Amino acid sequence: MITKRIIPCLDVRDGRVVKGVNFEGLADVSSPVSLAEYYSKNGADELVFYDITASAEGRRLFTDILTEVASKIFIPLTVGGGINTLDDFERVLGCGADKVSVNSGAIRNPSLISEAAKRYGDQCVVISADVKRVDGTFRVFAKGGRENTGMEAISWIRHCVDLGAGEVVLNSIDTDGVKGGFDLEMLAAVCDAVSVPVIASGGAGKMEDFITLFGTLPKVDAGLAASIFHFGEVKISDLKKEMKKAGIPARLV
Amino acid sequence: MIAIVDYGVGNLFSLKSSLAAIGATATVTADPATIRAADRVILPGVGAFGDAAEKLQKSGLGEVVVEVAKSGKPILGICLGMQMLFEKSFEYGEHKGLSLIKGEIRPIADVIPKNLKIPHIGWNALHFGANKHPLFKYLDEGECVYFVHSYYGANCKESVIATAEYGAELTAAVADGNVMGCQFHPEKSGNAGLAILRAFCEMEGTVC
Repeated sequence: MITKRIIPCLDVRDGRVVKGVNFEGLADVSSPVSLAEYYSKNGADELVFYDITASAEGRRLFTDILTEVASKIFIPLTVGGGINTLDDFERVLGCGADKVSVNSGAIRNPSLISEAAKRYGDQCVVISADVKRVDGTFRVFAKGGRENTGMEAISWIRHCVDLGAGEVVLNSIDTDGVKGGFDLEMLAAVCDAVSVPVIASGGAGKMEDFITLFGTLPKVDAGLAASIFHFGEVKISDLKKEMKKAGIPARLV
Repeated sequence: MIAIVDYGVGNLFSLKSSLAAIGATATVTADPATIRAADRVILPGVGAFGDAAEKLQKSGLGEVVVEVAKSGKPILGICLGMQMLFEKSFEYGEHKGLSLIKGEIRPIADVIPKNLKIPHIGWNALHFGANKHPLFKYLDEGECVYFVHSYYGANCKESVIATAEYGAELTAAVADGNVMGCQFHPEKSGNAGLAILRAFCEMEGTVC
């Protein structure tokens, strides 16, 4: 039985994890390497690194730390942020990333998806979509959720999958940061539209939110979150035990 | 020394790092002499079978791998590298493999229910059956490893040493004497994966 994946997401700027992190026994809480090791030991099934650096120097620091993480952590690594060209794919895959997540870069140039899928395989290309309700319809937002593209979200995501995206990360702007649970309605719409794995993002506030997610929508493959893991509100090892108790397949470590 | 055969398919960074993490000396190489001189050989691979088989044949490295296998040294194929060990594959046409493992590579779509997603991607539990192969000596029944694949080893019953359940019983690992293969990625399977690589590194050749 394939297990449901739990994925912590780390935002990295200039080689350091941003957003306060609060773990007991972790000396350097903003070191991506020590955080990645911590998560890996505690049952994370995969890690997502999101590079929010703007400068070339920051980008170089990012690839340095990615190389270090990939040489120490042996679970799948997905990298996103600032992926606009095939050269960007090459850069992060060369540092040990397994999958590359595209968002604004694909909105500007959708053929980035097909070209990357052709070169590296579908399994390597993740479409990450920031989606928000506008007048009752799901719309795709670009630039970290700041800009309404006007595109209808479900057809955009389906198009990306047709182009070769092997996985979808659906981030609901409506539930993000609210901590009231995942956006089940939006996720159900995406799950019905595509046949590739769907990763739920945005809204996790407590363990039960993951149980509800997988219990209600068996087609969702993974749950992604940042702050609740970083602040220790939810420990992944405990979450896995709860999932197992609820009859949801989970990998215990 | 372990030779990781570099025939131009896939990213070998994690494989090399994971072997370093367990203290093994490995070199990524396309040099036949280095591969022949190694104590053991890993055949990696990501991508499509036809393309990879062609690269393996054109580079002459396929023959070298077969020669090393016949010498009795331990060989481990990983993912597409495992599939390369089979007689043939039906991925986009029909392609010949190295014929070190009896059987063929077929689409998982042939055997799994229509509602399951393809590729089979994620962490899935290994089942060993009655006799656990030495490759899994450090693992418990049911431990999870990381899979990414759309094709599987079929008609290879006598070589299967582990299976995974995904709407059907899929071949997860095979062995015929010193020739072994994992459909999953040990280099991406956390501690369970490292334990498999460690067991492989501790194996003696059969005929040497």
